[in-house]
Amino acid sequence: MANLETDFIGIKSPNPFWLASAPPTDKEYNVRRAFEAGWGGVVWKTLGEDPPIVNVNGPRYGAVWGADRQLLGLNNIELITDRPLETNLEEIARVKRDYPDHAIVVSLMVPVNEDSWKAVLRRVEETGADGVELNFGCPHGMSERGMGSAVGQVPDYVQQVTEWCKTHSSLPVIVKLTPNITDIRKPAQAAKDGGADAVSLINTINSITGVDLDLFAPEPTIDGQGAHGGYCGPAVKPIALNMVAEIARTPDLRGLPISGIGGVTTWRDAAEFLALGAGNVQVCTAAMTYGFKVVQEMISGLSQYMDEKGFTSVDELVGRAVPQVVDWKDLNLNYVTKARIDQDLCIKCGRCYAACEDTSHQAISMSEDRTFEVIDAECVACNLCVNVCPVEGCITMERLAAGQVDPRTGAVVQDDYANWTTHPNNPAKCAAE
Amino acid sequence: MKDTALTPGITAGRLEPRDYAENFADLHPPLDRHEAVVAADRCYFCHDAPCITACPTEIDIPLFIRQIATGTPEAAAETILDQNILGGMCARVCPTETLCEEACVRELAEGKPVEIGRLQRYATDTLMDRGVHPFTRAAPTGKRVAVVGAGPAGLACAHRLAMRGHDVTIFDGHDKPGGLNEYGIAAYKTVEDFAQDEVDWLLKIGGITVETGKRLGRDLSLGALKADHDAVFLGIGLGGVNALGLDGEDRAGLRDAVDFIAELRQADDLSQLPVGRDVVVIGGGMTAIDAAVQAKLLGALNVTLVYRRGRERMNASVYEQDLAASKGVTIVTNASPVAVHGNGAVREVEFEYTDDDLAPTGQRVRIPADQVFRAIGQKLQGDGLPDLDGRKIRVTAAGRTSVEGVWAGGDCAAGGDDLTVTAVAEGRDAAEDIHKSLVG
Repeated sequence: MANLETDFIGIKSPNPFWLASAPPTDKEYNVRRAFEAGWGGVVWKTLGEDPPIVNVNGPRYGAVWGADRQLLGLNNIELITDRPLETNLEEIARVKRDYPDHAIVVSLMVPVNEDSWKAVLRRVEETGADGVELNFGCPHGMSERGMGSAVGQVPDYVQQVTEWCKTHSSLPVIVKLTPNITDIRKPAQAAKDGGADAVSLINTINSITGVDLDLFAPEPTIDGQGAHGGYCGPAVKPIALNMVAEIARTPDLRGLPISGIGGVTTWRDAAEFLALGAGNVQVCTAAMTYGFKVVQEMISGLSQYMDEKGFTSVDELVGRAVPQVVDWKDLNLNYVTKARIDQDLCIKCGRCYAACEDTSHQAISMSEDRTFEVIDAECVACNLCVNVCPVEGCITMERLAAGQVDPRTGAVVQDDYANWTTHPNNPAKCAAE
Repeated sequence: MKDTALTPGITAGRLEPRDYAENFADLHPPLDRHEAVVAADRCYFCHDAPCITACPTEIDIPLFIRQIATGTPEAAAETILDQNILGGMCARVCPTETLCEEACVRELAEGKPVEIGRLQRYATDTLMDRGVHPFTRAAPTGKRVAVVGAGPAGLACAHRLAMRGHDVTIFDGHDKPGGLNEYGIAAYKTVEDFAQDEVDWLLKIGGITVETGKRLGRDLSLGALKADHDAVFLGIGLGGVNALGLDGEDRAGLRDAVDFIAELRQADDLSQLPVGRDVVVIGGGMTAIDAAVQAKLLGALNVTLVYRRGRERMNASVYEQDLAASKGVTIVTNASPVAVHGNGAVREVEFEYTDDDLAPTGQRVRIPADQVFRAIGQKLQGDGLPDLDGRKIRVTAAGRTSVEGVWAGGDCAAGGDDLTVTAVAEGRDAAEDIHKSLVG
């Protein structure tokens, strides 16, 4: 079994699976259960200044479900911890003492002034915690008070607060980024410039999970009204993967450690984050949906995958896919594929036909007896048929070999690499001449 | 001492009272909302879906399933009922395993089709439970149409005609409307008086008068009906039962399966309904299965269904055969009845084993029987009917007969399977043709 031990900015943990700062890490009781279940680390739910905040007393969560109530996305309007600072600090100290080999990072959110940060950092250091995570991400409630994403959306603030933390504490500092921003690289750069040891992302996404069509109110609904909350869970993973990759592949940010967050539900999700450059992952919704035991599948799955690949440490996986993440302009236009339908696997539902005929390129024919075939002269290899086909592996994209004629363009397929920048149709290229 | 399964002869009350309710409970209990949404999610919304083609009434199945999936079962019901006004009954009695569900691509993919029948029932039940009738009549045309037979064909025809603005009178020889839905289908397929509820719901469209106790040839003549109406539709079904033509066929204990099924459907108290200890059913169709299974459920000790050809030739679907077997019915194939033995009352039926071409093999078997049900097919009854095609009324695709102004559909008309859903399609299509001829 592969060794899953990780060293993330000097913080060691038995595996790369940490619980994100969220309700599952709000109390000693939960965190002890998490460690017993196998989680490698936790980011303790965000501490603030006393007096503690007050949460709503109506629903804190809203959800998006699949047909069988599969939880696809979760949104929350819960705030940071609503327990006294002292209580949390005492519990952190106790748990860290009992679990010295597990990672405990403390999430923090205090007003944007140096004294506030200085004061809270000193208290955290006394607990023996392994590091701090600066919560610049929460998009609801706290942001209305000038904290959370209100900080994360202004790179100058991100840099400033990070600098304070590095000045007043020897603890490793992770800056948690909000995705509610146009270009994730800007706050990441600010964190780096402020001296952050790492960034973690994504925090939750501004969202309304639904509208109650009788009350005409957004969900979750509190006394007939609703406020936007933070969206997370499987639905946000693609957004998170992209933001992680953007940071990982940007030259100026290269080497900035990343803790990947956003919809990690299985070992495979975690492996994808690691491959795109995350040094570890943080999980919340999967644990909230299935309980802490879900980490056991993540551990066994990642181990098996690493064994199959011959990786002996998580580091060998981290960032392995980053070089292959490129700009559109770098994609090879001489890579020509056509859809192929395996008639033995086809169940004749006709979804590929409807999709292509109605919404794409009229590149699939349908016979009287419901045989569906690709018309190469029309197929642009868009992949929509593959995506809508209910049978895995029934429709595939196959590359035309060099020297073959693409019946759609009439051009002979070249075996060299040629991208948009070298293409004669490139308007930018013309403009440059 | 109380009667049991072991009591010889034909007797009632073989079971404990609670067993009757359990035995005759809904064969396919209705889906609840969540079950329906999960079942609906399995539909692929196929292009030009094969299930639609396989449905004799061509219900837009993918559309109605999507309407269920999105929380609008009432809209789903309208999609169904627009094509098949008896969609509620068809959801219960259609042999979906040989129609829509056989054609479902998931049947091909994984041998487990979308549960179209049960989803259809979920939709139609939801609408009907609300007492909503979503169709309204067009402006009155002043035309009057007689519909003979209040079975599926007649009801579907009458509803469509009423919707088009015509005034319809339905005549039926029975005490209640419904035809085979009321008298000819196993009780566990249509529980809680659904057949009558459905008729009541259907009649809510208005413009339809039902006259029961009026049978063509006894109380009515085709000539008089033609004279009094602008058009006539015959949906009279098959009123006669084929005889076995055997020595001893008049022995006590031998009767038509259709009568047994009708009696059972009309019984207020199944514990009062007599059934034999050793029951033999002769035939291989749905009627034979319905009689055999219900005899078993009433407490018969041994029920044997005997069919003269091989299993694959039976009209009853594999599903129905398996249902019968699961209830404890013994199915004997390739055996033709040759004699009914007994002194006054039947005691044994003698069969000769035959091959699939019915050639005798010379080997015979006697099966003990105190009750025997004939279920070897029904036949058209009546004189003065339009021209026949074989043993049924000859019709065009739109149901026109050889007599001007007279249409026919359902089991009495040639062509098509003898299924409720086929009868509905034929009644509906004849109504449209009648409408065209009356106002065109």
